[in-house]
Amino acid sequence: MSSPALVRHPEDSMPATAIAEASRAPAATPLATPASFGTIALRWYRLNQGRLRATAIGIASLIAFLLVWHLLTTYRVVFFVRFTNVPSPLAVYASFTTAIHDPKFLMHILLSCRRIFIGFSLAAIVGVPLGLIMGRFKLVHEVIFPVAEVLRPIPAIAWVPMAIMLWPTNEQSIVFITFLGSFFPVLVNTLHGMSLVDPVLVRAAQCLGARERSIFREVYFPASLPHIFTGLTVGMGVAWVSLIAAEMISGQYGIGYFTWEAYSLVQYADIALGMIAIGVLGLGSSLLIRGAGQLVMPWRST
Amino acid sequence: MSEVLANTSKGHIEVRNFSLAYETIEGPVQAVTDTQIHVRPGEFVSIVGPSGCGKSTLLNAVAGFLKPTTGIVTVDGDRVNGPSAERGMVFQQYSLFPWKTVRENVEFGLKMRGMPRSQRERAARTLLGLAGLEAFEKHYPEKLSGGMKQRVGIVRALATGPKVLLLDEPFGALDAQTRVIMQQILTNMWQRLKISVLFVTHDIDEAIFLSDRVYCMTARPGSIKAEIPIPLERPRQQSMMMSSEFLALRRGLMSLIREESLKAMGGEINDMGMQGLNIELHGHSLADVI
Ligand SMILES: Nc1ncnc2c1ncn2[C@@H]1O[C@H](COP(=O)(O)OP(=O)(O)OP(=O)(O)O)[C@@H](O)[C@H]1O
Ligand SMILES: [Mg+2]
Repeated sequence: MSSPALVRHPEDSMPATAIAEASRAPAATPLATPASFGTIALRWYRLNQGRLRATAIGIASLIAFLLVWHLLTTYRVVFFVRFTNVPSPLAVYASFTTAIHDPKFLMHILLSCRRIFIGFSLAAIVGVPLGLIMGRFKLVHEVIFPVAEVLRPIPAIAWVPMAIMLWPTNEQSIVFITFLGSFFPVLVNTLHGMSLVDPVLVRAAQCLGARERSIFREVYFPASLPHIFTGLTVGMGVAWVSLIAAEMISGQYGIGYFTWEAYSLVQYADIALGMIAIGVLGLGSSLLIRGAGQLVMPWRST
Repeated sequence: MSEVLANTSKGHIEVRNFSLAYETIEGPVQAVTDTQIHVRPGEFVSIVGPSGCGKSTLLNAVAGFLKPTTGIVTVDGDRVNGPSAERGMVFQQYSLFPWKTVRENVEFGLKMRGMPRSQRERAARTLLGLAGLEAFEKHYPEKLSGGMKQRVGIVRALATGPKVLLLDEPFGALDAQTRVIMQQILTNMWQRLKISVLFVTHDIDEAIFLSDRVYCMTARPGSIKAEIPIPLERPRQQSMMMSSEFLALRRGLMSLIREESLKAMGGEINDMGMQGLNIELHGHSLADVI
């Protein structure tokens, strides 16, 4: 599509040599020989060899993990660590098949997801704009930054007693803790992104007639997006950590509570089930964010 | 197309009694002193000078990014006090917005002006066609070669129909072949648009080949050492660079710059001490040794 021969130019434009020279395609256009299915498959294989290899090894390593787990639990190995009461993978699978038909288990999961959704969304809605504004306006930065720096090192879990005092309902305090956990990574990364915006781009925008508002929208914001998404990804991870801790300590529902309850009720298979569910949910939500990032930043996908 | 490119063939730059000092902890650093330059409407003027003599400083003041410490910068009689779309600028670092496609980059100035989408799309396409870039309108800058990026940069700066175009070593990072092509493209655009150009470079050949007039600056603190008219006829061909006329101009400018470069370097080298360089001066000046 970008072959130089196709570049049309007005009659009276610059010397043709200059244009032909100047419009060399950035990458060579592939020779369009009609290929058979076999050669295409072979080419695809060659291009994706690395990825296929990684996938194969990844699957093998997961199987090995399950196998080791299985062996350790069937032989009830005690070697510094005691596997006596640890459920086997098959037992966990059995409890999984019953759990997915159990509306209570699904409710735990849904509630955790809802808490994450609200807490994390709030963190993004507050953290990103605040970071952008702090990065642009010195006074706001000077006022807010010290407070943020003092509060930031406090783990969200340490807020549990305070949250219970602050908020009238248990539900609200758990969401609050989730919010706190993700808020600071989002804020700090947005600020970092703002501080790295190339001043030449700002100048370029200025001498194209951009005013403060447009520069903010057209330069600072998109330039910071990669770091904002780093912040969102980290924030999502911390949100889950904070949520599970909060649910274990003060909750009544949620997947963290489910896991803890399983321990109290001596349902060991459910402990592992809860843990795996948390892992899968965490993975899923960070994949969602990565997908959103690729959607919002098409210029970064290769 | 004509509305976009319409240029009232104005763009008279005047820099009078100009000086600029940077404030630093050690006190003010005088970058440029006592400088007068002008660019007539439609003229192509270059500034050459040794590294660090204040070429960028001067250009940035014309762009409106820096305020003169003394003196005044005007364009068509209006005092410059801040960047504006009237003065397009092309930077050495390619400075394209990575999150915008080639066409969106070119459209940016028109968008800022509030031109409706369909209209500015058409304008951007026309301009990209002029620079032989229409096939790449949907590409993101990252995928382009250096020469293409800089062409987009020039087209973007021209899209708003500025009165003057300011370029700060725009081809400094390009290889020799691409440079020559870019010089030709720039000349072409300049002649079609009848715009005033102020061009900073440290490449003497480039300055002579492109310009109607060349200012040569002294070592820091920079001021104008000489003003050299370039009477070569247009359109200029690559072959002219071998002509005796060209070579004479080149020799003249070379010796002017050499003097200043040695002045600039001599100071630095003396400051460092000569031992490390393993050169015995025996009372000669550095200029004599080299
Ligand atoms: N922000 C600044 N603060 C202090 N000194 C500065 C600053 N910017 C530039 N200078 C000094 O002012 C002088 C002129 O700088 P300028 O960038 O204008 O030079 P130049 O001629 O463009 O050099 P080059 O050929 O390397 O691009 C230099 O000696 C530089 O060290
Ligand atoms: Mg410079």
